[in-house]
Amino acid sequence: MLKILKYSFYDLMRSRWSYVYFLFYLLLGVVLLFLNNDLSKAVITLMNVIIILVPLIGTIFGVMYYYNSREFTELLLAQPVKRSSIFLGQYFGVATSLSMSLVIGLGMPFVFYGIFNSSAIWDFSLLLITGAFLTFIFTALAFVIALRNENKIKGFGYAILLWLFMAVIYDGIFLMSLLYFEDYPLDKFSLVATMLNPVDLSRVLILLKLDISALLGYTGAVFQKFFGTNFGLILSSALLALWVLVPTFFIWRIAKKKDF
Amino acid sequence: MIEVKDLYKRFGKNEVLKGIDLHIQRGGIFSVLGPNGSGKTTLIKCILGMVLQDSGQIFIDKKPLKNNFKYRNEIDYLPQIANFPGNLKVNELIAMIKDLRDSKATKDGELIELFKLQPFLNKKLANLSGGTKQKVNLVLTFMFDSPLIILDEPTNGLDPISHLRLKNLINAEKAKGKTILITSHILSFVEEVSDEIVFLLEGKIYFKGSISELKSKTEQPDFEHAIASILSASYA
Repeated sequence: MLKILKYSFYDLMRSRWSYVYFLFYLLLGVVLLFLNNDLSKAVITLMNVIIILVPLIGTIFGVMYYYNSREFTELLLAQPVKRSSIFLGQYFGVATSLSMSLVIGLGMPFVFYGIFNSSAIWDFSLLLITGAFLTFIFTALAFVIALRNENKIKGFGYAILLWLFMAVIYDGIFLMSLLYFEDYPLDKFSLVATMLNPVDLSRVLILLKLDISALLGYTGAVFQKFFGTNFGLILSSALLALWVLVPTFFIWRIAKKKDF
Repeated sequence: MIEVKDLYKRFGKNEVLKGIDLHIQRGGIFSVLGPNGSGKTTLIKCILGMVLQDSGQIFIDKKPLKNNFKYRNEIDYLPQIANFPGNLKVNELIAMIKDLRDSKATKDGELIELFKLQPFLNKKLANLSGGTKQKVNLVLTFMFDSPLIILDEPTNGLDPISHLRLKNLINAEKAKGKTILITSHILSFVEEVSDEIVFLLEGKIYFKGSISELKSKTEQPDFEHAIASILSASYA
């Protein structure tokens, strides 16, 4: 698997898009820091961008890479390489290179700004870690969609819908149901609903760490009270990890049974 | 060498292989023939493990293929359509495949010389013509020394000189005692190189034997007419 990962990774490192993505984050980091001049505020703004953008890029890139590398895949399938290592290798190749663009692109301006001497260093690292998690989660979901759909247009369509659902529609439904059922106790419901969506989960995770959960209103209060900050952090991280593991398992299982 | 038992495969509603039983012994050139859509490529892909059969078994050297991938070390496969990752260079692709197969003793230099590919080594695969890609494809296939060689439409896009070189190459490999499985629509090529033919028709083996046996079975004077008579009989 490591060999496939290596080749997929090199392949992506050469592609223009990795650089565009990297430069975008570099620029975003620089602009935010030097216009804002406040690390904590920059971290919050970044969070809002990352939470929406990282899943989108992960989904699109994952689907695109899978369809574009069909030839490569077919070439590999005739070689003495295990099927699961081909697909898992490609998946980790894509997800790793995307995460690297994010971490290095955002990390550089912050390092130069002096993040290491600041108290915001932990908030910032948490931001990057959640960003990497989101990349891995959504790339895996994209691979599952692409493996399931031979038709590129359909695959892209489903991938975009998935992103739209997770990033936008889910919150809408969540809020509507909170309003609709406001006469009932909703603590548990809102906790579970938040944890079931990796996008919401990451947001809550970062906000809890930033200690501005009061801004979150209801959910924040519930989270703060129910978990206490540390336990909440561990549980949320475990859930994010689960969100990576489950789609990865599906990649493995679908790849095993697919015809080429 | 290859043992196929009662192989069935369907894609959705389309039943492609309907109970193939095939035994191919070691050594010699075997051609798989049949009209379009008769299941030639599917059969080959089943042997390679790229397509998973619905039922039936395949053994290579008496070892079952299921949940096994190491056996592909013993197979050199030439895919039908030479599609390669476009942003790799020719020499990078060759190095990559070598690396993936952990193989050191290869004869890629010799083959690059044979097909005159030196000027293309530093070019990206996306910029090569169809025929040149097929030559790269041939280099990738023949550079290893495996006992079983599977060629899916090897003559696709080749110019006459390369065609001739390919024929010599195939005969040289046969002389080493290898088993070679070929699919092709070019009957003159098949007639020239193959020891035995396997004729697939609508997912079943219609005929297996030498070309002279086929001629006497169909009572036709030459190979082309023999094939034509099978086809017209089946479509009539």
